[in-house]
Amino acid sequence: MNLLRLIDFLRDRLKTVVRVGVAALVVLVVLDALPAVVDKEHAHTVAEHVPAFWAAFGLLGCLALVVVAKLYGRAGVSRREDYYHD
Amino acid sequence: MISPWIHPALVLLGGCLVLPLVPRHLKRVFLLLVPALAYGLVLTMARGEYGQVHFLHWTLTFGRVDALSLVFAHIMSLMCIIGTLYGLHVDEDGQHVASWIYVAGSLGAIFAGDLLTLFLFWEMMAFASVFLIWFRRTPESSAAGFRYLLVHVAGGLSLLAGIVLQIRATGSTAFTAFDVVHVTPAAWLILGGFLLNAAVPPLHAWLPDAYPAGTFNGSVFLSAFTTKTAVYALCRGFAGMELLVVLGVVMALYGVIYAIIENDVRRLFSYHIVSQVGYMVAGVGIGTQLAINGACAHAFAHILYKGLLFMGGGAVLHMTGETRMSELGGLYKKMPWAFAFTLVGGLSISAFPLFSGFVSKSMIVQAGFDQHLLWAAFLLNLAAIGTFYCNGLKVPYFVWFGKNHCAPAVTERAKDPPWNMLAAMGIAAALCVFIGVYTPYLYNLLPYREAAMAYHPYTAYHVSETLQILLFTALAFFVLVRLRKIDPHRGVNLDLDWFYRLGGRAFLWLARRPVQAADTGVGEIYRAGGLVPLMKSAAGVRIFDNAVIDGAVDGFAAAIGGVGRRLRLAQRGALQENLTLMFAVAAVLLLGFVLLF
Repeated sequence: MNLLRLIDFLRDRLKTVVRVGVAALVVLVVLDALPAVVDKEHAHTVAEHVPAFWAAFGLLGCLALVVVAKLYGRAGVSRREDYYHD
Repeated sequence: MISPWIHPALVLLGGCLVLPLVPRHLKRVFLLLVPALAYGLVLTMARGEYGQVHFLHWTLTFGRVDALSLVFAHIMSLMCIIGTLYGLHVDEDGQHVASWIYVAGSLGAIFAGDLLTLFLFWEMMAFASVFLIWFRRTPESSAAGFRYLLVHVAGGLSLLAGIVLQIRATGSTAFTAFDVVHVTPAAWLILGGFLLNAAVPPLHAWLPDAYPAGTFNGSVFLSAFTTKTAVYALCRGFAGMELLVVLGVVMALYGVIYAIIENDVRRLFSYHIVSQVGYMVAGVGIGTQLAINGACAHAFAHILYKGLLFMGGGAVLHMTGETRMSELGGLYKKMPWAFAFTLVGGLSISAFPLFSGFVSKSMIVQAGFDQHLLWAAFLLNLAAIGTFYCNGLKVPYFVWFGKNHCAPAVTERAKDPPWNMLAAMGIAAALCVFIGVYTPYLYNLLPYREAAMAYHPYTAYHVSETLQILLFTALAFFVLVRLRKIDPHRGVNLDLDWFYRLGGRAFLWLARRPVQAADTGVGEIYRAGGLVPLMKSAAGVRIFDNAVIDGAVDGFAAAIGGVGRRLRLAQRGALQENLTLMFAVAAVLLLGFVLLF
């Protein structure tokens, strides 16, 4: 049950956890922009040299996917649960 | 020492025969021993061609052991141990028998050196696996099982037709690489059979229809074997076919879009099988050494983490009877270990650094960039966002955290599953991390070993790229949760199975309405146009019968009667009279003789 205690420990300090998370995101982007840390030689395209390119790709890509999926669902794909049981 | 080659499928099939006879207290040991033996056989197998049998004009090869078949057989037989351990407490022998025959079919197809043997085991898989759905014993699973079987029979027919054409055209049954530039009709048909089993849209709808309907442990087997055996067959037969890149990328995104709006945990995981197999199909299509290695490595990693995810979903189903996120939530206090292991599966499928997907999926994306298929590589990275969103965030959050939507009965029942289920999940989770941390284990098994050893996933750039994509996806997710934009709600999402589900219904409607009406109409026409004249003619025949035939017969009888009557008059029964007559005749005859001679 130590696992449960760990989860509760983190949940009790949710604000701190969120702050650490946000700090981690900032650190990640900063480190990525430092050529000494992340060598962009492995980049496949020119666009990837833009700082925080993949961060923006992740954030915007996720929002875009959710919006597209929801629109697709609303276009008539999502139905009542008993659709096939009528 | 040269030991005879024993097919691991034979061990599993033999185990199936013996299982019902094993005493109850030894059953669990036996259940683990048989798959372990099969796994041991695969591990110690030397490369070569074994088990060749002459049948009619053909040579069937049951054991083609090379690098490609070994990597798939390795993971299949390993997953058989984990899956059996997961369902170890299931008392019904039939369920274990169905799983083992299913795995035997998969191993048989993988080691098959010719198309006929491949077909034999291919069908064995379909007919064994459907029982893993039917054993759930609900009306939904019964119907889903029939649909699954019908679709697979159609796929099997396509494969068989292709094989027959191929043998007629080439005279050879060998299962080798097809010409992927000038594709013959035979190869198209065979490809159709493979693509159906790989769940490539539009031939994919059977998978998210059937897999969530399986038993809690049956779906763990289902998630591993059918699609990955098809990936093996595609690697063997159609490597470098450009069409597969397009199909693979479409699959990867198609599965993600459906998973995002899906409410049922196990159906969400099923859509992510479609999505993840999309990476493998794209890898086969790219066809370079790195890409084929990537397809094999990803299949290997996928079997473990997808099995783990289905074990997590199965644990929730087994312990609560519920898999809809709209009816779950807040279970971390009740099922913390199931949560932790499912999260490991979610991080592995999302290709988080230090987890298995990171070292396998990236090969395929890298191969795409290397071949200047930029659109494919970027779209596969986009699909990776949806993968983490669903498996790493949505399911763990809405099942184990978030708002508690559980019915009181669900909350009461919920607790961590039995030891064997947790042990199976623990082993799968440990392997997911092990593969992600210690790359030589997996890379040494890959078909192009040198290319694999030359590939290094842990470059600063790749780690940074992946962490940015995934962590900013997490940021977007929590923002959406905060805005209450993605709360799960009840509902089903229509997919292409709609056509045959409602097609079936349309058929029934046709049968009930127009066909029934036509039947009634034909009956009326028959009555008016056939029956009535028939009866009239029958009446005519009766009159003819009475008047002519009966008359003739009666007349004949009357004539015979008359003769009889006259004869009767001549014979009145008086003995003396008769004797007198007799003697008189005799005296006349005697007198005649005397006078004449």
